[in-house]
Amino acid sequence: MSVRSRINLIIFQTLVFSLMFALFGRLFYLQVLASDKYQDAAISIQSRDVVTPAVRGAITDINGTPMVVDLPGLVVSINRTVLDQQFDKGTSVLASISNLFGLEYADVYQRTRLCGELPRNNRAGCWNGTRYQPIPLVGNATQDIALKIMENSDAYPGVEVQSVPIRSYPSLSGENVAHVLGYVGSVTDEDLKNPEVNYYRNEVVGKSGLEIQYNQYLRGTPGVRTFLVNRKEVVTKQDKNIKAISGNNLITNIDSRLQAGVEKALEAAVKRARGSGYRGDSGAAIVLEIKTGRVLAMASYPTYDPSIWQKGLTVKQAQDLFSEAKGVPALSRPLQGLFAPASTFKSISVVAAAAAGYELNKNYDCPASVEIGTRTFKNFDSVAAGRIPLDVGLAISCDSLWYQISYDEWVRDGGLKPKSNANDYFFKAAKDFGVGVLTGIDLPSELKGRLPDRQWKQNWYEQNKDFYCNYKDRAKKQDLTAYLIEIARENCLDGNKVRAGDAVNFSIGQGDTLVTPLRLAQMYAAIANDGLYYKPQIARAIVDADGKIVKEFKPEVADKIEIEQSTWDFLHRGLRMVVTRGTAAGVFSGFPVAVSGKTGTAQVFGKNPNGSAKDDTSWFASYGPTEDPQYAVVMMVSQGGFGASTSGLGVRNIYETLFGVTGNKVNPEKAIFPTGVPTNIAKVDLKKVASKVDLTGKKESGVKIK
Amino acid sequence: MSLNVKYGRSARTNFGSFDKLLNFAVGGLLLIGTLLVYAGTREWFRSYGLDPEYYFKRHTLNIVIGGLLAYGTTLIDYRLLRAYTPIVWLAAVIGLTIVLIPGLGTEINGARAWISLPGGFQLQPAELAKIAIIVGISMILSDRDQTDKDPTDLDVVKALAIAAVPILLIVAQPDLGTVLIISAAVVAMIGASGAPARWVVGLLLLAVVGVFTAVQTGAVSQYQVARLQSFVDPSADPQASGYQLRQSRITIGSGGLFGKGLFEGPQTNGRFVPEQQTDFIFTVAGEELGFVGCSLILALYFLLFVRAFSICRRSSDLFGRLVCIGVIAWFAFQTFENIGMTMGLMPMTGVPLPFLSYGGSSMFANLIGIGLLQNVHSRSR
Repeated sequence: MSVRSRINLIIFQTLVFSLMFALFGRLFYLQVLASDKYQDAAISIQSRDVVTPAVRGAITDINGTPMVVDLPGLVVSINRTVLDQQFDKGTSVLASISNLFGLEYADVYQRTRLCGELPRNNRAGCWNGTRYQPIPLVGNATQDIALKIMENSDAYPGVEVQSVPIRSYPSLSGENVAHVLGYVGSVTDEDLKNPEVNYYRNEVVGKSGLEIQYNQYLRGTPGVRTFLVNRKEVVTKQDKNIKAISGNNLITNIDSRLQAGVEKALEAAVKRARGSGYRGDSGAAIVLEIKTGRVLAMASYPTYDPSIWQKGLTVKQAQDLFSEAKGVPALSRPLQGLFAPASTFKSISVVAAAAAGYELNKNYDCPASVEIGTRTFKNFDSVAAGRIPLDVGLAISCDSLWYQISYDEWVRDGGLKPKSNANDYFFKAAKDFGVGVLTGIDLPSELKGRLPDRQWKQNWYEQNKDFYCNYKDRAKKQDLTAYLIEIARENCLDGNKVRAGDAVNFSIGQGDTLVTPLRLAQMYAAIANDGLYYKPQIARAIVDADGKIVKEFKPEVADKIEIEQSTWDFLHRGLRMVVTRGTAAGVFSGFPVAVSGKTGTAQVFGKNPNGSAKDDTSWFASYGPTEDPQYAVVMMVSQGGFGASTSGLGVRNIYETLFGVTGNKVNPEKAIFPTGVPTNIAKVDLKKVASKVDLTGKKESGVKIK
Repeated sequence: MSLNVKYGRSARTNFGSFDKLLNFAVGGLLLIGTLLVYAGTREWFRSYGLDPEYYFKRHTLNIVIGGLLAYGTTLIDYRLLRAYTPIVWLAAVIGLTIVLIPGLGTEINGARAWISLPGGFQLQPAELAKIAIIVGISMILSDRDQTDKDPTDLDVVKALAIAAVPILLIVAQPDLGTVLIISAAVVAMIGASGAPARWVVGLLLLAVVGVFTAVQTGAVSQYQVARLQSFVDPSADPQASGYQLRQSRITIGSGGLFGKGLFEGPQTNGRFVPEQQTDFIFTVAGEELGFVGCSLILALYFLLFVRAFSICRRSSDLFGRLVCIGVIAWFAFQTFENIGMTMGLMPMTGVPLPFLSYGGSSMFANLIGIGLLQNVHSRSR
């Protein structure tokens, strides 16, 4: 052997052994270092989980009467992956399915599209999930139709029928509660990525309201059977079988009978407003228990049938829920509607005036108008009432009295050159009552309102000065009127300052102040309870299927407003006078239970879609009984006209239900809480549903709302 | 005279005796391979109501036939094999031509590589060509053995011509994997023969340029490009080759340290890796025998190569040495290509794993290759 071939042989031998070591190294990586990763991958390839959703917990009212329960229903869903494999992309299948259920084809087509497949402006009703999830089309199929599909599965490729528990709304007291209960829907990709909860693809989860707030309790644990399959998806053996565990039930503080009454009173108030020529586009009504913060009833108008989500929302229904013309029924007004509180705010101005040292038991001027700077601020209806006691001023809702007090205080705080230690009595009182912050109610998406104090003004100015200081270039042509140009000039000049006009408007609840009806209810609960107020609470307890208490929601103090008792006494007297001889005396005449309250009629700037100026917001904020206040009741009707005639009467109707009043008589047996709001936790009684609903499935499975 | 003495002595010294460790390594691999083929097919056949031992029996039969062929190879002094080399070479070329004729050759997975024989048997002439090329080149390059001079450029050109004809026919099938393995063996043999170094460097460059041009000009069929692409980016073709490579890696990785146990691999029994009794047999070992079992397999290959190199060094002449180099290069590159492919180190080419994969032609060729090694051993110093 030559030297060269000997060297070549050694090189070759080294190469061969290197190749063997490379294989060994790679083997070590795959089977030792990265083995866990590959084991997981292998398990996901071999095993198929069949998930049985758990029966979701019921939501009941304060007496254990179910407001929403899971009942067995036949769900017809569409499997897009199968549909897409059809030669015509499944259009013929969708057509025959539409035919079978009497649905619009265009509707069914739209609902089985992924949202990303549709143009941005035409996505109503689209499927907000992935191609690989079954898309529920009909939530309450009859057995006949379900059988028809199952027996002819060849004719309906991609159409699946499953018996699953669906949300049903028995409405045993005639209540609707749609906004409070919320709704459920299929899990989204984000839910599935949530590291804290192990969701399965065919599960439903809460999407809004109590359903999302208490989802973790209501959900239960789905049952999972794991099968091992081969490459052809043939099951080779069953691996695990975990049984489903039913979700816990949620008992709320809502009384379904009171709720039904409140809903009726609110609807009547809105219709009354419309009958008087106002637009009356929406409304809200709330009943709080003053000494606990429990929400006994909460209604929003317009509302919708909560079962539409389960039956399979049609495209039209989806559009209507968010349609401006229909009043955006999806919006929960009690916690998402923001309105100027108007004269209901004067109770807070009383607290501010007392803090500023004004004698509450003295007389004050109530002229027809007040000149402040170059502007004239008129009394309501421009009527002068002369020199009157402050409580009378509250009762008849005199504005001009407050113009003077608030202007004097504004000047004392330095006017346009505010002192660094300005007293700001009005802002401070509003802040004490929680204006501009969340109440913390146990429902999602609450809005916090607005307290237009000095800081807010500064922030607002920084965001808008560019617009106002270049108004002639930036504004639309039709907004270039002399008046608006003057306002823009002023805003540019000192828009960051609290001006005299701002201070004056603030004292009567106008201007930039905004509150939700829920916040106002809490404010009046605070007044009734001498300053101590609670966080509004819908949930009362979580109980398991056997009735064992899993979690109890105790009242939580939100704050205590520390002012002199004489101020509270004055307010109690003044607010009672509103009802006996003031603005609400007419609508409460002859009412047998003493209640106290305040009307509010808020001016609203801006225009309706049809170009008409917006009508006033009608408010009535109250508590009762006056001697020993138990309940705070607030009603608001947007564009509802006068406070008293629209909302005042509505609140009277609510008290009638609450106390069992017929005509001018109290019938204690008819009262909702004859012996007070129950203190014990009720038993959940699901049998009540069975008596109302046909569970045999012979006709319509699921529940119909009457 | 001295020539005769040398031959006679060596024949007396070692004739009839085999390298026992080499036999042990091959025997171990054959035994493991048989179990793996059985494990990879029994659930599959059972699920169709067929004989679960079908592949097991055929594989055993292949080993027996291959063993007899190997033994036959050891009987004739390898130096006399030169006489038969042209016949074997011609037979291979004819076979490789026949497979390309439509109606005679059988196309599987996009390659015309098989001749169908009566009784359901199929012959793969490319496997025979490996032996013909190795022995043929060894013959040409060792012609000057007695003068102890290195091969000249002309010898190298002749050797390349011997290899070129079958290689081009295999390219036409196309079976790129086999072409690469044969080419690697040719380069290794030319290098070890002591031929000028420029040939080795030049051939390696040619290989790189050749592969590149083949892909660029479309001389390589579409399915091979797809396989290469799915190696670089497994998601490029998730359903076919990419799927296969991913499944293969997952199956091996999921075996872990000790494996799921023979016959107990859920990936194997679910047949998630296609071709798992042939090209992807190593995945069965990976899942069921784990790191420990796979290391044993690699150790047996390692032992096989150690012994083969030892035989190579002890060979009494250049011819024997070159035959050994050729056989080693063939086994080594094919083993590396196959196992490397299942573990994601190499692109997908359809070559079987020597001694383990199911398949008659390749089993016969592999065992004849061992026969050649033992032949050289039994006549070495």
